[in-house]
Amino acid sequence: MSAGVLVVAESRQGELREVSRELLSLGAELAGASGGGLSVAVIGSGAERFAAELQAPGVTEVLTVSAPTEHFEAHVWERAVEGLIESEDPAVILCGHTIDSLGFAPALAARLGLGFATDVTSVSWSEVGPRVHRGAYGDKLSAQLAFGGKKHTLLTVRPGIFAPAEPGDGSAAVRAVEVDLSGTARTEHLGFVEAAASGVDITKAEFLLSIGRGIEDKDNIPRFQELADRLGATLSSSRPLVDAGWMDSSRQVGQSGKTVKPRLYLAMGISGAVQHLAGMRGADTIIAVNSDPEAPIFGVAHFGAVADMFEVADELEDALG
Amino acid sequence: MKIVVCVKQVAALDDEFELREDGLGVDPDSLERDLNEWDSFSLEAALQLREQVGGDGHEVVAVTVGDEEAEDALLGCLARGADRAVRVWDEDVLARGDVLVTARALAAAVSREEPDLVLCGVQSSDAVNGATGTAVAGLLGLPRVAVVKQLEFDSAAGTVTVARELEGGLVERLRIALPALLTIQTGINEPGYATLRAIKQAREKPLEALEPSDLGLDPGELERVAGARLEAMAPPERGAGAEMLEGSPAEQANRILELVRERVTS
Ligand SMILES: Cc1cc2nc3c(=O)[nH]c(=O)nc-3n(C[C@H](O)[C@H](O)[C@H](O)COP(=O)(O)OP(=O)(O)OC[C@H]3O[C@@H](n4cnc5c(N)ncnc54)[C@H](O)[C@@H]3O)c2cc1C
Ligand SMILES: Nc1ncnc2c1ncn2[C@@H]1O[C@H](COP(=O)(O)O)[C@@H](O)[C@H]1O
Repeated sequence: MSAGVLVVAESRQGELREVSRELLSLGAELAGASGGGLSVAVIGSGAERFAAELQAPGVTEVLTVSAPTEHFEAHVWERAVEGLIESEDPAVILCGHTIDSLGFAPALAARLGLGFATDVTSVSWSEVGPRVHRGAYGDKLSAQLAFGGKKHTLLTVRPGIFAPAEPGDGSAAVRAVEVDLSGTARTEHLGFVEAAASGVDITKAEFLLSIGRGIEDKDNIPRFQELADRLGATLSSSRPLVDAGWMDSSRQVGQSGKTVKPRLYLAMGISGAVQHLAGMRGADTIIAVNSDPEAPIFGVAHFGAVADMFEVADELEDALG
Repeated sequence: MKIVVCVKQVAALDDEFELREDGLGVDPDSLERDLNEWDSFSLEAALQLREQVGGDGHEVVAVTVGDEEAEDALLGCLARGADRAVRVWDEDVLARGDVLVTARALAAAVSREEPDLVLCGVQSSDAVNGATGTAVAGLLGLPRVAVVKQLEFDSAAGTVTVARELEGGLVERLRIALPALLTIQTGINEPGYATLRAIKQAREKPLEALEPSDLGLDPGELERVAGARLEAMAPPERGAGAEMLEGSPAEQANRILELVRERVTS
């Protein structure tokens, strides 16, 4: 059985995405344990320009696959990674658990019958090949999975868990892999639209009071806006409040909103879904108030209060006079 | 136009959940079941499209892979306006199946409908695979876009123009020709509710219950498509975890204010 590890790097609008370097550090660890090589592939028109950036400790080879489309295209990428599996025969293929991967990785895994798990939070090498952990029931539990009998296993790895790899000494060879990708695109790119720059800039705030679905009703929001003002905090929120039109999208914290690093993040009525944590786990101090003692937010918070957010708000208001 | 919406009856852990004795799952009595949040938005998108094309002969079909209890989710969809529902299940292979097994069964149920458009949710709130829709598309050779937060159907051209939501609020606009599969993101619309009358009438609408063999699927073969084998399930390791603020809400609030003074103001 092959023991090689293949990392699929990700880029967008001419820049390598951070998750690529995280996959490289995980990949190096895994290849060290399995005794196989570590190659990293970058796909796209002008893929070569990322080759130098992908040099990292443990990388044996940087592979470039030239694609006919300038931007990520799910069907082109699916075929490109298929071609890489055919030519490189890796035991493990590591992609980020990112929006791009959601569009192609599961299709490839289903079509080729690969070992497959998404949003994995740990990967180790065992006598039966890779073994992983991933969340279950919204991260309240953790499942351990193995892939016995599968020749290739494709894993999408949760971003923000593994430290990004340090730059390497540039000794890994760069090789172009030919995959015929003509005619594989099935969507037409019409353009990118940047997030509107209007509204408040929550990324500049030193103190965020952040509210989630525990707020229950739109009518409760003014009260927490006022509490934020009195605390000297800026009000932010989780996504469902933005989806419902209760909060402006400029105030959304998380993967599809803003990434914030305030001195203090006070989360009230937020469960701590992975996409929310992606935007706030870098805060200096995190305090979580949640009525559910099992809420995953307590796993990243520095301080936690199992409490009703409305009762805590009453008491904060009283204490502020 | 025929639209298939893949919906899942998800399970949330209740406050005092217990693990099963074999350690491979949760005691079913500890689970609260409901329609997956994302699927509520994709059902709404399908109903709105049917409305937009107007006239007769258009159909919205809700399909699930799930046990008898999952019929609640299907009835909810029928009450909100779906025309028909299909449920696929067996207590053996599908009950233990992973995302690729579910996708294979769904793909078979979907292809039997020969739809113009298939809608899935971006993810299910319990499994959080974020994978089933794209896997179904791969199996059926359907073009797809994942994480769609806006869609416009051009009936003359037979295309949909979509906004694909990327990280950090960036959006990519794309055009895709039908038949196609889209995975739908929350916030794309405002899901409607069923009236009491519609809930009663839902029971009159067609709801088929099928087994894999009805779809030409061989149980042994279906079992082999599993992408992973579950070895154990346990509470996650959480490192040091949070320092818990004990006491009454008043005491907790006072500690929070102290922390604010200590960490922000100073
Ligand atoms: C591709 C993608 C991108 C996403 N991007 C983002 C993003 O950028 N930001 C984001 O936030 N989410 C994002 N999400 C959604 C995310 O998966 C969750 O659905 C969301 O974060 C949940 O928000 P919540 O914690 O407010 O709600 P819930 O998960 O419903 O949690 C509400 C919490 O409030 C608690 N609660 C209820 N009542 C009270 C009370 N009275 N007092 C105290 N606590 C109470 C409950 O115990 C619960 O823990 C994204 C999802 C996907 C698939
Ligand atoms: N058992 C199921 N039955 C029907 N649809 C499902 C099922 N599981 C997942 N799906 C669909 O796939 C989407 C993503 O789920 P998942 O890949 O589990 O995160 C859901 O929103 C549904 O549209």
